[in-house]
Amino acid sequence: MRLFQKNAAGSDRLDAVIGPGESEHALEAKDLSVFYGGFEAVKRVSIGFERKKVTALIGPSGCGKSTALRAFNRMNELISGVRTEGEVRFHGVNVYERDVDAVKVRRWIGMVFQKPNPFSKSIYENIAWGARINGYKGDFDELVENSLKQVALWDEVKDKLKESAYALSGGQQQRLCIARAVALKPEILLMDEPTSALDPLSTAKIESLLDDLKKRYTIIIVTHNMQQAGRVSDKTGFMLLGELVEYSDTKTLFFNPKDPRTENYISGRFG
Amino acid sequence: MSGSEDFAANLASRHARGDRWRLMFMLSTMLAIVFLGALILTIVDDAFGYVVMVDEVDQRSLVPDGQRLEGAGAETLRAIIDEGLSPRRYRALEREKPFDERSGADLYDIVLYEIVKPQVAETYTLFESLFERKRIVEETTRAHPDGELIFRSWASMRFLSTSLTARPLTTGVLTAVKGSLLTISITILFSFPIGIAAAIWLEEYASDSRLNRFIQVNIYNLAGVPSIIYGMLGLAIFVRGLEGFTSGSAFGASAAGEVANGRTVLSAGLTLALLILPVIIINAQEAIRAVSGSLRQSSLAVGATKWQTIWHHVLPASFDRILTGAVLAVSRAIGETAPLVVVGASTFLTQDPSGVFSKFTTLPIQIYQWTSRPQAEFRHVAAAAIIVLLALMLSLNAFAIITRNRLRKQKRFG
Amino acid sequence: MKPVQTAMYPEETRGVLSFGKRSRPHENIIQAVLVFCAAVSILTTLGIIVVLGTESSAFFREVSLREFLTGRSWQPSIGEFGILPLVNATLMTSLAAMLVALPLGLGVAVYLAEYASERVRETLKPILEVLSGVPTVVYGYFALTVVTPALRNLFGQDSIEVYNTLSAGLVMGVLILPLVSSMCEDALSAVPRSLREAAYAMGATKLETSVMIIVPAAFSGIAAAFILGLSRAVGETMIVALAAGAGPKLTLNPLKAAETMTGHIVRISGGDISYDSMDYRSLFAIALVLFVTTLALNMVSRSIVKKYREVYE
Repeated sequence: MRLFQKNAAGSDRLDAVIGPGESEHALEAKDLSVFYGGFEAVKRVSIGFERKKVTALIGPSGCGKSTALRAFNRMNELISGVRTEGEVRFHGVNVYERDVDAVKVRRWIGMVFQKPNPFSKSIYENIAWGARINGYKGDFDELVENSLKQVALWDEVKDKLKESAYALSGGQQQRLCIARAVALKPEILLMDEPTSALDPLSTAKIESLLDDLKKRYTIIIVTHNMQQAGRVSDKTGFMLLGELVEYSDTKTLFFNPKDPRTENYISGRFG
Repeated sequence: MSGSEDFAANLASRHARGDRWRLMFMLSTMLAIVFLGALILTIVDDAFGYVVMVDEVDQRSLVPDGQRLEGAGAETLRAIIDEGLSPRRYRALEREKPFDERSGADLYDIVLYEIVKPQVAETYTLFESLFERKRIVEETTRAHPDGELIFRSWASMRFLSTSLTARPLTTGVLTAVKGSLLTISITILFSFPIGIAAAIWLEEYASDSRLNRFIQVNIYNLAGVPSIIYGMLGLAIFVRGLEGFTSGSAFGASAAGEVANGRTVLSAGLTLALLILPVIIINAQEAIRAVSGSLRQSSLAVGATKWQTIWHHVLPASFDRILTGAVLAVSRAIGETAPLVVVGASTFLTQDPSGVFSKFTTLPIQIYQWTSRPQAEFRHVAAAAIIVLLALMLSLNAFAIITRNRLRKQKRFG
Repeated sequence: MKPVQTAMYPEETRGVLSFGKRSRPHENIIQAVLVFCAAVSILTTLGIIVVLGTESSAFFREVSLREFLTGRSWQPSIGEFGILPLVNATLMTSLAAMLVALPLGLGVAVYLAEYASERVRETLKPILEVLSGVPTVVYGYFALTVVTPALRNLFGQDSIEVYNTLSAGLVMGVLILPLVSSMCEDALSAVPRSLREAAYAMGATKLETSVMIIVPAAFSGIAAAFILGLSRAVGETMIVALAAGAGPKLTLNPLKAAETMTGHIVRISGGDISYDSMDYRSLFAIALVLFVTTLALNMVSRSIVKKYREVYE
């Protein structure tokens, strides 16, 4: 396929193809393995993520859930010595195909990180920057306002858009980072433990955001907090030692796990 | 919801711009390396090449027809000398070494440089000599029909083993090399022990008091003081203030008619010692800091005193790195020019420096002197001296690396 | 029969173990020696301040500070001691140097920190270090024998003097380049990974990430590099002494000869100079200006670096 191809003709065609409901899954991994040198951190994971749903990936620390998440938008290749095998299909295209442009992939599959990491720019620029480099044609003021409203930050910052993003609290910074991601109007939002560095109040705010955000985006969230997964997700995958042990509706996974390892984890016997 | 229609397809041009700038970044790096290459090439280029020699006195007029000066017998040479040399010069040379005891080669040199007096009429660089030989030959036959075209290595063993003279053809760097080595010995003698001791004190003994923090900050600041300021310090303190000591008159040393009045090897070496002291301290501190704390604790735990711990464990463990840092500082000192000019390097020395109370010149000083002369010949002499200087610095660094590796090996197996 | 006791340790001779402090005179002596060696650095600073201070104050008894700082002519032979021409030439060579060193140094730093592979970096950095290890007199030689003739061929023999501040400045830029590039590289590497990742995750290219995110985030470190480079340029002597020209001249034309502060000190002190003359003292007044300027620049640069290290750690 030519969706993400690096040549101009290929990337132009992406606009025509992106549209609702063409396949059951917004994103699909097939036999996805990630190696750090000789260590296999993610082992042949196959999983499909449903459109406009929140999917949580849970598991003890070091189980490979973050690595898997970063494999979905090719963030791992920024680290030297990481090798990825298998496929990640987005609109039917394996994003690891040789002629697929990682820049394009990341532009459609946004990401929010563990710690808030706003740029050392103004609040306004934090949001406008990504849109600008990606050739946004619309009105930037409007985009900034819309994006901030989507993360319920507009009212708090509308009078200080020119101020540095570092002036915001941790929770606000993280919502700004989400706003920054949604300003690109991506299809998928990857969230890597987005609340682990935040206080409970800020955490609650972000959790409540997810309900709104999933109306527009497919969300995949990695969390070490089972309660959080239970609260926010529609589907949940449980990973252990790099393997995807079980994947089902969140309720099923929590209340009726099929695999004994899942049951052990859920009931708090380890991890 | 899909946002794709809101975004222009700009990726191709963005990647193109990325490639262009990547090239720019690479080019700036390459430029720095190209500059280094150009620097070295220029020096080599200038240190070798054709020269056109024109004799002040025609050699053929000195010897009988059909003979050449080169290869002439000692008697012929003596005759030429007796006739051509001024009585004063004759006596001076006779005093230096009686003519009867001089070898043929020696006599030939005297005839050549004292009577024939070959002059450089034109010089060419190495690349000109290699690639434009034809043009050079044509030019020479046109402009200097009497001239002789010879290929000259300005940097040669003769250049290395000859003392300073006023003429570019006969001058050498031995005086400057001796001066540099003597100066740097003084520098090492003072800066190494003091620097390493200061580093030990700061790392092992000093508490985190305001005074010690001040000392530390002060050392960092001293490392950034322009070298010429150290020259001013050396001039005021060592040359003038401690004149009795640095001129050697306090020790009755400056008897040999040399009035150095404090502008001596000793003053120069001490000035350079102060100059590199902060760098040595900072490097030694880093080396000592890198020694693991457990080594210290295990030594203290068997009842060693603090100094025993430092002397028997910390210093041996860090000595290779201390040495590397110190040698880097010393090779900086070897190349220093400005402070030594200020301290009073001699512009011209008739005698090689023989001790710490001698007047001095050093390699960089001579390079400076020769470079600032307008005659082209001196440019070539300067290039040759630069080669000697760089070789000296390289061998110093090589020595340090070899010593360090040997010390490391001992550390591993010892 | 009594067992024979041999005392192997000093404590045992007293029959009981003693934990009292044993006086160790030689440890104290050693410590005193170490303290003295550390104090040498303080003495050096003190020496610089006293020397520059006393000689300059003798100078300022005859020349007013106002005349010194605002006079437009430096001609000791007729009693004119206005430092402006010297300062002006120093600024011209230093700015020319920074115009070379900053963009190139930043380019090198971005290439090394963001683009180059580990192996390329390990090869290139020592080469750059060699560049900063070459004695400055060699740079001066290069400026005079290569760069100036090249400039004169390029722009015309008549428009550029044999000695000019441009040539000296350009070559000085290359001398300072390794310092600027290594400090910039440190600053770029100190920017947290998370910022890089954030930019990449938004579909930024490597160039956009480096230039629009990392470089601005490292701004303070880059500024510190610039300031330290400037300080180095202000204090650099041999290149300007050889290539910039002899004789103080107040000109803004970089194609003309002009003598810098350091160049003047070296030229005058290299000649026959009598102590206790105004010529001699004036050199210390210039050196004082030089010392204060470079010290201030160094301290600003160091405090900036310290601050950004604290922010990211």
